[in-house]
Amino acid sequence: MTDISQEPVHSSNQTAPEKSRSYWSDVWRQFRSHKGAMMGAVVFFGILLLVIVGPLIYHVDPTYIDIRSRNQGPSLAHPFGTDQLGRDILARMMAGGQVSMAVGITAMLISLILGTAIGVLAGYFKRLDGWLMRLTDLFLALPLLPLLLVIILLFRDPLNRAFGPEGGIFILMVTAIGITSWMQAARIVRGDVLALKEREFVLAARSIGTTPLLMILRHVLPNVLSPIMVSATLGVANAIITESALSFLGLGFPPDFPTWGRLLFDGVDYLQQYPERVIFPGVAISLTVLSVNYMGDGLRDALDPRIRGR
Amino acid sequence: MLTFTLRRLVFAVPTLLFIALVIFLLLELAPGDPMAQVPLTVPPEVKEKMRLALGLGEPMHVRFVLWLKQFFIVEPIHLVDAIFGSSLGEGMQRVISWQTRSPVMDIVVQRMPQTLWVVGMSYVLGVLIALPIGIYSAYRQYSWFDQIGTFVSMVGFSVPTFFTGVLLIVIFSVNLGWFPSIYDTTHKVTDLESLLFQIKQMIMPVSVLALYNAAQISRFMRASMLDNLNQDYVRTARAKGLKEKTVVLVHVLRNSMIPVVTVIALGVPTVFGGAIITEQVFKVNGLGQLLITAIQANDLPMVQTLTFIFAVLIVVFNLIADVLYGLLDPRIRYD
Repeated sequence: MTDISQEPVHSSNQTAPEKSRSYWSDVWRQFRSHKGAMMGAVVFFGILLLVIVGPLIYHVDPTYIDIRSRNQGPSLAHPFGTDQLGRDILARMMAGGQVSMAVGITAMLISLILGTAIGVLAGYFKRLDGWLMRLTDLFLALPLLPLLLVIILLFRDPLNRAFGPEGGIFILMVTAIGITSWMQAARIVRGDVLALKEREFVLAARSIGTTPLLMILRHVLPNVLSPIMVSATLGVANAIITESALSFLGLGFPPDFPTWGRLLFDGVDYLQQYPERVIFPGVAISLTVLSVNYMGDGLRDALDPRIRGR
Repeated sequence: MLTFTLRRLVFAVPTLLFIALVIFLLLELAPGDPMAQVPLTVPPEVKEKMRLALGLGEPMHVRFVLWLKQFFIVEPIHLVDAIFGSSLGEGMQRVISWQTRSPVMDIVVQRMPQTLWVVGMSYVLGVLIALPIGIYSAYRQYSWFDQIGTFVSMVGFSVPTFFTGVLLIVIFSVNLGWFPSIYDTTHKVTDLESLLFQIKQMIMPVSVLALYNAAQISRFMRASMLDNLNQDYVRTARAKGLKEKTVVLVHVLRNSMIPVVTVIALGVPTVFGGAIITEQVFKVNGLGQLLITAIQANDLPMVQTLTFIFAVLIVVFNLIADVLYGLLDPRIRYD
């Protein structure tokens, strides 16, 4: 009896916040309580902002060659100094960041779209399941880094001819990374779709004659959004690392088109005299990837109902 | 278990064939002429003869089967010959590198020890570092050791090896001058002094890769330990009055090692792939460096063979991981 008498008091205290609680506000609350994830988000969006807004404020052409003022240390005119051709390193870092971020995000989108499509198709249509999962397993058995190197080497020149040196390598890089990194997302999405298919609301929707296409768009996709979001964040980190690794091996972007990986690669030749040229892009890559990984960790915790309740 | 292993082995064959086909087609369809480096003064009919000499005259499917035959039949026979001094493979055509005109496998065998030393050492070291860290940080979850350990493993996992490598060179070779920045593969260990030099030059490449591997494995170890520490059987073991050491290091650890062992097995081929970058940083002339130079020189047979070797590694270690999982965990039954 005491329980019942206490109940109204208890619930009246709770009603005010209770009303505003939705799924996403819950997730957001949990995400905010994860310190690392918040730090990660702040750092990541800070870098993104710096890279996008920076060049609008700091008007220096990253490709302008001023051979008289080469190899300078940090000064007022060049806050990060200049490189062996007198190009401003700060401007190059920002331009490189734009490309690296663009590659990371675009490649992530490609791999996500591919992974989600294959995962949903495999999970939803039983006939496709065996074939698609076998394909996924085969892709997982491919040696990715050697294959990426081969792909880049072989298709660089024809694509450069077709889309220009910058567009060509960008398209190549993004597609190559995208089609070699969709497998994890596809597996996770398939598992979730298989579980979803057994739920009552899917049965209810089917019983009123929902077509498979509508079913996927209305009922399946919104419910597999959380694993997709987690793999999206981790996908950005993976794509940025892969791009800079390829650039570092000298098989990425051309030298007059800076990315962080390319800047690092160029800096290695001057390692003895000017170690900061390696350290700036290296720190930028590492910070970005670290912050994205922390965000992914926080997001995974926030989207996991077993943890969120606590 | 035996039937499962056999079934997996049989399934590995089409997988390998498919991968071989993908690699072959990729190189085949790619624009890129092996004759591009030949001077323009060479007349076309001579060029045609050179092309035939490289084995490019046959249609595509014939060359694919021929390559498979060379890789799976001729090369193992030559390996047997090399070991036992027999001459079974006399007169059989081997896979020839376009760059050096010598058999690809001979070069691979020459380069193998460097890669195996650096990669193998770093992986063993990484595992040895990762396991105690993972165990202790799970046992004392949310302690300062755990917090620092998780942060360090996150950093080690996020910072790419080409940056850690370069950073170590800046600190230890350029500023302190302790270790050489370039790995000398011609160095031979004959006495104590040369052994010391060998250790010195191995420290940096090994520690870069070891840090990266340790970061990943310690995360798995920690998660797996945490899963097991809250199980009922742990409470039972404690209630029986077993020593804490026995509970954690025997009961919990043995059960937590099951997924970790598979992860370690699965990680081996990735480490070989990752070593491509580390070898480039420290100028170790191992397999990764061989692949990069072959790619730059358009040496297709070499690229094909090396990529396929990496693929074989992945398939073999996937198989090993699956079988190990079944052997270690009696709850898992594949039949």
